[in-house]
Amino acid sequence: MEQGIRRTIAYAAQMRYDVVRMIENVKSGHPGGSLSCVDILACLYFDVMRICPDEPDWPGRDRFVLSKGHAAPALYAALARRGYFPATELGKLRQIGGILEGHPDHNHTPGVDATTGCLGEGLSIGIGMALAARLDHADYYVYVVLGDGETNEGQIWEAAQVGAHYGLGHLVVFLDLNNLQFDGTLDEVLRPWDLSAKWKTFGWDVQDIDGHDHRQILRAVSKAKNRKNRPHMVICQTTKGKGAPVMENQCAWHSIVNLQQMNDCLPKLAQEIRRYEDILNAADVW
Amino acid sequence: MTAVDPANVDRLRTIARELRKRVLRMIHAAKSGHPGGSLSAADVVTVLYFSVMRIDPEDPDWAERDRFILSKGHACPALYCALAMRGYFGLEHLKHLREIGGILQGHPDMRKTPGIDYTSGSLGQGLSVGVGMAMAGRLTKREYRVFVLLGDGELDEGQIWEAAMCASKYRLRNLTAIIDYNHLQLDGGTEEIMPLEPLAAKWNAFGWEVIEIDGHEMLQILEALQRETNGPKLIVAQTIKGKGVSYMENVCDWHGRAPNDEELTLALTELGAQV
Amino acid sequence: MKVANRAPIATRDGFGQALCEIGATDERIVCVEADISKSTRSCLFAQHFPSRFFNVGVAEQNAIGVAAGIASCGLIPFVSTYAVFASMRACEQVRTTVAYPRANVKICVSHGGLTPGNDGVTHQGTEDMGLMRTIPNMVVIMPCDFTQMRAAVFAAAKYDGPVYIRGTRDAMPHLYDEEITDRYTIGRAIRLKDGGDVAIVAIGDMVSHALRAARELAGSGLEAMVIDMHTLKPLDENIVVQAALQTGAVVTVEDHNILNGLGSAVAEVLAERAPVPMRRIGLRDTFAESGPYPALLAKYGLAVADIVDAARAVVGRKERSK
Repeated sequence: MEQGIRRTIAYAAQMRYDVVRMIENVKSGHPGGSLSCVDILACLYFDVMRICPDEPDWPGRDRFVLSKGHAAPALYAALARRGYFPATELGKLRQIGGILEGHPDHNHTPGVDATTGCLGEGLSIGIGMALAARLDHADYYVYVVLGDGETNEGQIWEAAQVGAHYGLGHLVVFLDLNNLQFDGTLDEVLRPWDLSAKWKTFGWDVQDIDGHDHRQILRAVSKAKNRKNRPHMVICQTTKGKGAPVMENQCAWHSIVNLQQMNDCLPKLAQEIRRYEDILNAADVW
Repeated sequence: MTAVDPANVDRLRTIARELRKRVLRMIHAAKSGHPGGSLSAADVVTVLYFSVMRIDPEDPDWAERDRFILSKGHACPALYCALAMRGYFGLEHLKHLREIGGILQGHPDMRKTPGIDYTSGSLGQGLSVGVGMAMAGRLTKREYRVFVLLGDGELDEGQIWEAAMCASKYRLRNLTAIIDYNHLQLDGGTEEIMPLEPLAAKWNAFGWEVIEIDGHEMLQILEALQRETNGPKLIVAQTIKGKGVSYMENVCDWHGRAPNDEELTLALTELGAQV
Repeated sequence: MKVANRAPIATRDGFGQALCEIGATDERIVCVEADISKSTRSCLFAQHFPSRFFNVGVAEQNAIGVAAGIASCGLIPFVSTYAVFASMRACEQVRTTVAYPRANVKICVSHGGLTPGNDGVTHQGTEDMGLMRTIPNMVVIMPCDFTQMRAAVFAAAKYDGPVYIRGTRDAMPHLYDEEITDRYTIGRAIRLKDGGDVAIVAIGDMVSHALRAARELAGSGLEAMVIDMHTLKPLDENIVVQAALQTGAVVTVEDHNILNGLGSAVAEVLAERAPVPMRRIGLRDTFAESGPYPALLAKYGLAVADIVDAARAVVGRKERSK
């Protein structure tokens, strides 16, 4: 396996452990949807994005918006492991006085580019960032992760229109298509198919990939960067709860179903990290 | 005569011409209103109110009636004229658009005007209401149909797409949306402000059956409105803003400006002169 | 008033159950949900009456519009989502499509105030009652317990016009027994305790706090009147005026911004009809943060101790002005 991919996979393993551990620790949070986008975030934060943890506000940095804000634990794990703040903060998720809010908060957490949580709003923010880049003649990229249920929100389509109208080629959006939203499968709730056709007719360049295959994720970003004049939608087939078998594909694990079951996931996740001790320096099984 | 009978088509053309004259007189008298979008919608509104819809002016709340929502509510002069000409209220009210105490508000108000099925005016909201009515119809096993007239600029509103997804999920075949596609919005052309194409493909992708027509051809409007589908139906009606008055046609400025005396006379002459 | 000895239960559960009960007896009852039925508890209605349950996905503006359309056809739709989404995301729809035409739509929200706790600010509805109050034709209610929520839902179903009912995510102590259900009236506040020194007017999850504060004050010789102002709009102005005249000092308590909610409503009445020293307890025009609900209440000045201090302060001001 190429070293680059091995690195992102290693960090994804660490992040999975972190996500389950931090939610179990505070007994609150959204494990299923956090785990389904870990691979996307690992590729972004440990390969793709030009960022500087020592300088979170560096104007030239790539931006990231977690529009499906309830997956914040995944983002926090990425930021911690990337060095934006000490990993000990992960133990204080959602606690008064901690820096990690229940949903991403730009004012509280170094490295969080946008405050989100209310679904449907993050893509607009990403559009604004991409427009600003153009005005400033800057060449940074803007990456957004959307939830699939989130595309029910009309504001997403308002933003989609703008992205296409301004030909925002530096905007790359990942849709975490785990096929489950709060009240059931996408089919049961609003039946939004065909998603790929929808985004194409809205003027986006669309790719469909396996959202847990790092090679495919990285290749999708490369392809996007070679196609300049349209915003990019990468539809990622994912599994809700990926990496924790008891949670995989289970709607109820949008939130916590059973704390003991969460706890029981940890040994196997820890074992997975230990395989990459050479890359991670030490497996942090906190 | 059947709906698509040439005699009916002629009759509808005559009514539409009369409706246009009344719209302009009304806006002129009020010194306020939206002529451009009212005129572009005039033919569709005429066909709905004078041929297609099952309604009863004597009984505006008849539970079995077809419903109409003017989601592009600023085009209400066209709707008010149609309602008055159909007998929902006296024609004399048309002289008092937007007046305090009058029954004709600046945008449709269901509490003030007989025959208005839902209040509208804030763009993007009417399709949702239409979806709700269509759902209620199915739930209560009533046969009525729901028609919603949308503006093109209005499609910028995200709520339209929420409603579109919802209608598709519930396969609301009793729901027809019509887009008055005159290609102009307030700040400029739709292509310039927020391009809508490929419009038909978008609505297909959102689960609707789409029919494209000339929104000023009575026969095409009739056929499209009466075509049965398996789910919600969208009619993309290509129209001309200000249709019927040469100096208003395709001119953005006439979105919200009332004609003065001279302009009115010119317009009425043109409309009277047309065969 | 008897206090039942039952385990606390969230008022959103009261909503879920009551909706099923009225759904069983009235076919016109319909539910429009925005993808969080398990959280709002409308899932119960969905199970029992699937043909009358419409899940429109994560689309609150559409949900309100759809409900308006349904109401116009003679049915009685209950929209359910979170407080912050209904009141803010869909505020204009509520105003223009529901309130303005006086559509018979009932908007029943969960996660009112700081009860979303550690989900954080994006999910805490702390300005919603103020927004809804400012809209003409809206009735705004926050029941204090499971039983009162059920009563409010029954009353809302009978009321002809738009209603906004705010529930909690967290469990609330029981304050009322079943018998109040028949006597519950929208707009008629309930005097839970008499007292001549100070009046504490509270709403929703703060009512039980007000009662605890009253017990503490009694321990130090101050007798507090406690009023459950379950209906923020229409406000029971007469009970407010009577309380002011009887006690000469008023404290309001709400899990909400002090701007535009209960405190403002009471202050407006007192200023016009019975000016007395007054203190508002609530979020002091600030957002909160992530944290457990009880800890947030303590940090942001909504604890029992804060109510007690406020009561003593207004009594002090009353004495000094004599």
